[in-house]
Amino acid sequence: MAASLNMLLAGFGGQGILFAGKLIAYAGLIEGRELSWLPSYGPEMRGGTANCSVCLSDEPIGSPLVLEPDVLVAMNQPSLDKFIDSVVPGGKVIIDSTMCQRLPERDDVDIFPVPATQLAEDNGLKGLASVILIGKLLREIGFCDPRTLDEAIVKSVPPKKAHLLPKNRKAFEIGMLNEDGESVPVCSLPEDWSVE
Amino acid sequence: MSKIVFERPHSLTDAQFSYCPGCTHGIVHRLVAETMDELGIEGTTVGVAPVGCSVLAYEFFGCDMVQAAHGRAPAVATALKRALPENVVFAYQGDGDLASIGMAETVHAATRGEKITIIFINNAIYGMTGGQLAPTSLPDQVTQTSPYGRDVNEAGFPIRVVEMLSTLDGVALAQRVTVDTPKNVRAAKRAIKKAFEYQVEGVGYTIIEVVSTCPTNWGLSPVDALQWLRDNMLPYYPPGVYKDVKADGFANVAEAAAARALELAGGGEV
Amino acid sequence: MKGNEALAEAAIRAGCRFFFGYPITPQTELAAYMAKRMPKEGGVYLQAESEIAAINMVYGASAAGKRAMTSSSSPGISLKGEGISYMAGADLPGVIINVQRGGPGLGGIQPSQSDYFQATRATGHGDFHLIVLAPSTVQEMTDYVFRAFDLADEYRTPVMILADGMLGQMMEPVVLPEPKTEFPAKPWAVTGHKGQRTHNIVNSLHLKPERLEETNVERYQRYDRIKATEQLAEEYRVEDAEIVVVAFGASSRIVRSAVNKAREKGIKAGLIRPITLWPFPADAISAATDRAKAILTVEMNMGQMVDDVRLVVCGRVPVEFFGRAGGIIPTPAETLAVIERIAASLEGGAR
Repeated sequence: MAASLNMLLAGFGGQGILFAGKLIAYAGLIEGRELSWLPSYGPEMRGGTANCSVCLSDEPIGSPLVLEPDVLVAMNQPSLDKFIDSVVPGGKVIIDSTMCQRLPERDDVDIFPVPATQLAEDNGLKGLASVILIGKLLREIGFCDPRTLDEAIVKSVPPKKAHLLPKNRKAFEIGMLNEDGESVPVCSLPEDWSVE
Repeated sequence: MSKIVFERPHSLTDAQFSYCPGCTHGIVHRLVAETMDELGIEGTTVGVAPVGCSVLAYEFFGCDMVQAAHGRAPAVATALKRALPENVVFAYQGDGDLASIGMAETVHAATRGEKITIIFINNAIYGMTGGQLAPTSLPDQVTQTSPYGRDVNEAGFPIRVVEMLSTLDGVALAQRVTVDTPKNVRAAKRAIKKAFEYQVEGVGYTIIEVVSTCPTNWGLSPVDALQWLRDNMLPYYPPGVYKDVKADGFANVAEAAAARALELAGGGEV
Repeated sequence: MKGNEALAEAAIRAGCRFFFGYPITPQTELAAYMAKRMPKEGGVYLQAESEIAAINMVYGASAAGKRAMTSSSSPGISLKGEGISYMAGADLPGVIINVQRGGPGLGGIQPSQSDYFQATRATGHGDFHLIVLAPSTVQEMTDYVFRAFDLADEYRTPVMILADGMLGQMMEPVVLPEPKTEFPAKPWAVTGHKGQRTHNIVNSLHLKPERLEETNVERYQRYDRIKATEQLAEEYRVEDAEIVVVAFGASSRIVRSAVNKAREKGIKAGLIRPITLWPFPADAISAATDRAKAILTVEMNMGQMVDDVRLVVCGRVPVEFFGRAGGIIPTPAETLAVIERIAASLEGGAR
């Protein structure tokens, strides 16, 4: 696990970008790490571009604005095109390939295309593509203990929407089990994992 | 030993009024002070002084006083009342303060039904700055800034404040009075006292508009000014009760507003 | 916790029970949080008809002796200028939060520090200052809002928290303070004299010039006390710094990253982060200047605090400025480039 991890999540408003970022932030909080979560904000409430910067570190965080991400999670083509060049060499790029037809040509970063929106549709998890991508991200870079992320999901789903908890956990599981990509997964679901 | 039949109200300080001869501010100050005396509320009242001729009201009233920025008295009074719900809070404002620069504060305090009392002195002119056009200056009225008379095509029309405010659901009492004769002074006193009583009972927002004179800036003697008021002001600003939710049979503005909503929806007998 | 929410929660814990707001991006979460929490605390949340009304409501609640607050963002703070001047003139405590966005005019909604002049020089008309605190983390938002209410009461002055859209919107872990239970007495407040004292008057009008001058002089004596005792700044790697970077709030975080990178490259850079913008931490900057070869001020504006830095440095060493405006946050990389350029010119000068 890197001492310091700067992540950028980007997509359309309404795709769950900010929520996904919060899951990572909560996981950091639970594990007692330094963290920051910074959303972009715009005049549009729905459908505009949305992105958020999440920093996890063992040191106090300087700039919370991620301009050169170690990790990019891109949920649409404009976001991917806009940010792909800023990813540091050796960085990881998680892409919702349902939403991005053109994959980047960089060969100095690890690219993981996941048809997250399609997988969400197929599994009755509409709106949870971002959580699938977080599952995939965890599988590939292991930024926290999977149990911690599960705890973060439990914390993040408000009591009023408790019925969505199993769906969120299912989405997380789909992401964790996704095998697309060429590197060896560093993280897997806990052995006793089950979605109620 | 002689019996005292007339004395300074306790709720006025010993400070000498700074008003011009014949100005009706002095009368209205006295009526407000008498009201505080009679209701025994001087010790629990907080008054708000405006910007304008009555800016020094904080020197004259014996209760605790706050001086507010131009037009902001209703906002200040709102917060005072929210902070001190058991106290009585009034604001004393002129026409420029209340109906021009402070109209937003006025309308919103009224529509929120703030349990405050506004004493509104309407003399159709800015007094302290030397006689400029006010939002309530009459059509064709000559002022320093309407030297050819108020041209309604240019300067627009005067605002009838209590009529306008009486359309708002938060208003418990909106009444216009004047103080040109002893009889009308007594009527004004009754209205002011009623407004304070409504506040104490928690009925809602109360405003008493007092049609007043400004002999100095009108360029008239005090007596002529009163006649000018009768000839010109009162026809445009007729005294009367424009809203009184208790007289209409309601305990407070909430009940009155509910009944009105029902009536407007055509939903039953009111 | 989001920065804006941390500001609100800390205010409640500091005993603030009166909040008057008006919606404006990027501080709206603060008002929303207050709307939710205040009724549960027996407090008052009131959405005013304008920023002007809101600050005058703070004036009223404060006159009644209560801890009161309002929050806004740059254009709204301009509207509050009148009321803030009246509060200063009437010696009323109160807390004003400015979650800055870019200007002038309607400007933009992205983070900025372009209200430094307004906050430290002329928030409204007349001779007065505010105490201005500039947090740089969500934890500091919490801590300084809590402190702001105490400072306001102690010195009978309005206090401003000068934050920005980045700090307001971001989430970081926060430790919240224990709620305050004891408050200073306010014998000057208007609460109704109950026939037991002469009437209290809250007022900023003094028609006699001599009397008005007296109030100004007294207020400036208080300001001198504040300057002597309340200056706050954080020093980071300045002990041996040749290039001292001065930055506050959000931009100081970028500078901290840049300073670390500069040190990795062997450049002796350090950061002084003013926490009180007024009183300006002149003592800390002056002391660092004695050891430094150059000063760099980094701001999210066209150059405002740099004037105060130059007044302190007073020509002893060169003072440079780097800033981004319009809601753009400077990057650590471009800040580092400026530091490197200054380092190179210093070396050139030494040869």
